Amino acid sequence: MNITVLFFASLAEKAQQGQQRLSVEGKLSLPELYAKLTQEHGFTLEPAKVRVAINDEFASWDDVINDGDTIAFIPPVAGG
Amino acid sequence: MDSQSALDTANQPHQQASSISHSVEEVYQLAQSQGFALLDEAIDAERLKDMLQDDQCGALATFEGWVRNHNNDSRVTSLTYYGYEKLAINQGKRIIEEAKRLFDIENAVAIHRIGALEIGDMAVWVGVSSKHRYPAFDACKWILDTIKADIPVWKQEFYQDESSKWLSNNG
Repeated sequence: MNITVLFFASLAEKAQQGQQRLSVEGKLSLPELYAKLTQEHGFTLEPAKVRVAINDEFASWDDVINDGDTIAFIPPVAGG
Repeated sequence: MDSQSALDTANQPHQQASSISHSVEEVYQLAQSQGFALLDEAIDAERLKDMLQDDQCGALATFEGWVRNHNNDSRVTSLTYYGYEKLAINQGKRIIEEAKRLFDIENAVAIHRIGALEIGDMAVWVGVSSKHRYPAFDACKWILDTIKADIPVWKQEFYQDESSKWLSNNG
């Protein structure tokens, strides 16, 4: 399955990119994806502090990732 | 690597998040039709107020969020706001729709600015019109609080010693 992952703020800084395309064999859960990216990029932000979005809408950590999805990991926000 | 290309490389992770894809006109049209948008230049508060003008309404409550110097120990040289534009617009629309369900108001509009801002600049504008004053005050507060909780915007402060820090909303 081919997915696009978006990074923001401190995660983008650690990953040194705002966007990463990934090809994954078989099914991958959101927690597994975050763990994989944590290992690759050295994220120090624990999942409990991160929200997840799929295709530009907030999603939950137990939602399914489908082929072609755009996944975003949302660090603690600071707007307003 | 010279300092300019080092800067370019360092900026790439945040390139898409520090500007918007819509034209300024489209942004104000989105604000009018859906209630919320992101903008990457100074917010035209008068234009937003005009959107809320309504003969049925006896009250307009507005809020302006100003950029302040959070860290009193260091010299802040600049501040950059970043946003996940598509999610912000989608979530902002939901927030405004929810405000209209929760409060007895006629209309509401909000814009959040992203990009390079200076101390004293306006980062966010919220406006609510209603027949009577209390729902306008209450909805304005609720919309702001929910923007702060849910809109994907981030702030990075830069200091004289060239270090930087990601600020967070507390509580």
